[in-house]
Amino acid sequence: MSNEIAILGAGMHPWGKWGHNFVQYGVAAAREALADAGVPWRDVSFVSGGATVRCGYPGYVAGATFAQALGWQGAEVNTSYAACASGSQALAAARNKILAGECEVALVVGADTTPKGFLAPAKGYRPDDPDWVRFYLGITNPTYFALYARRRMDLYGDTLDDFAAVKVKNSRIGSKNPRARYRKCFTAEDVAASAMVADPLRLMDICATSDGGAALIVSSLEYARKLGKGDAPRVAAISTVTPTFASSVVEMPDIATDSAAADGVEAHAFRSTLPLKAYEEAGIGPEDVDLAEVYDLSTALELDWIEDLRLAPRGEAAALLRNGDTSLGGKIPVNVSGGLACFGEAVPAQALAQVCELTWQLRGQAGDRQVEGAKVGITANQGLFGHGSSVIVRK
Amino acid sequence: MSDKPLAPAIEGWHTMSAKPNLIGTQCTACGTYFFPKQSQYCRNPSCDSTDFTEVELSRTGQVWSYTNACYQPPEPFVAPEPFEPYTIAGVQLEKEQMVVLGQVVTGVSVEDLKVGMTMELVLERLHETEDDIKVTWKWQPVAS
Repeated sequence: MSNEIAILGAGMHPWGKWGHNFVQYGVAAAREALADAGVPWRDVSFVSGGATVRCGYPGYVAGATFAQALGWQGAEVNTSYAACASGSQALAAARNKILAGECEVALVVGADTTPKGFLAPAKGYRPDDPDWVRFYLGITNPTYFALYARRRMDLYGDTLDDFAAVKVKNSRIGSKNPRARYRKCFTAEDVAASAMVADPLRLMDICATSDGGAALIVSSLEYARKLGKGDAPRVAAISTVTPTFASSVVEMPDIATDSAAADGVEAHAFRSTLPLKAYEEAGIGPEDVDLAEVYDLSTALELDWIEDLRLAPRGEAAALLRNGDTSLGGKIPVNVSGGLACFGEAVPAQALAQVCELTWQLRGQAGDRQVEGAKVGITANQGLFGHGSSVIVRK
Repeated sequence: MSDKPLAPAIEGWHTMSAKPNLIGTQCTACGTYFFPKQSQYCRNPSCDSTDFTEVELSRTGQVWSYTNACYQPPEPFVAPEPFEPYTIAGVQLEKEQMVVLGQVVTGVSVEDLKVGMTMELVLERLHETEDDIKVTWKWQPVAS
């Protein structure tokens, strides 16, 4: 029995720093996805929202908030919060509902309005809160990405030029994406001239936070066939597995890793275990993948993900990059949407935006960004506290 | 220099001796170490122990990775005026099989570090209050 569901529609509100209420981005994305699917809003019987915690009360109840904004029509709702993996968990909830036979067609939507500057923890003396501890000791979000980047340099010989080349690649392709926030083609000189944030990462190596929204209309394969869309791209796998103890890489917001000192305990890197379940569920391997949308919170992190997805052996992603293999027209194009480098983070929307890009690519509708003959795409992203996701979409 | 007394920035996370140790806990059933201390439930999925002893962690280890902070973090970080960038390292403790983050002592930059270098734990000023000087653990290269 197939565990697949069809993607009938995809929609996005352009990313930017618009400063509006996040609900309107979600509504715009949802309406575009509905129109794209050719599905009337009243036929949607499940609304699955990716939640955000920074937008006050309505953000916490995203499913209902978007259902109300689109006009109450009696659909059931769900709200998922999993930091950057929120969108994938919302998609998984919709898939479960559809595969259980309780729903034929669902809307999955996430949107965010982000504040300016660092996201600071609550005040006081609160050593039980890992977020408070690390900020008190001077460890911010870029610290973690910089630690990973530096490790690549010392272990694999990656260079600052490699990291800059990721930014140059993503900005070049992202300049052709009308939904991207940053559309300028940056050069390696631009990256080198930007301020150092956390050595070796400069301002232009690290993604910004943005406002944006993304939505998908998903359905049972039977419903898709009835609509004459039996050939629509399908969600073939969703992995949202947590790490396996002992997690060996120090992850935000922790100050230390797990200890692997106990008998029978091995250290595992979380990022590299995430896609394994996705590949297994889809019954395919990395060699079948035509393109990948990965979470380039930093330029160097894109290289980590390429190896975590097993698109290159460990330590060899930079060689792939230098060879042009991860550019459009290369062997395995990565982040042809422009990635977070061009979008910036809109947390509850980001994982869905990745699936939107794969949908357009697999339909052959990506215009100047089109990966020729794309049949299988994979996404990867990671949030806080063991949240992460990897989604496989195929024709 | 201030003659205020020294006090730990976070109470009970390290000893205050000249050769300080981080204070963690160890599960009495499976031997897993925890830092910060965990005394309520063991996070090893094969262990359901609720019994822990307080232990001093190894005070030397190898650099896992390193970076610096060029921008002033938000509160609760207390920044000096003007803000001075500082170096940060993650250090792998061999016996405990874990990586612990911390600032690196003043005067050591990223150019001085390399993955695999041996570091030791020291105490250094984090910030000053009206009553005392708050110190915390920092990593320092071991002179070779």
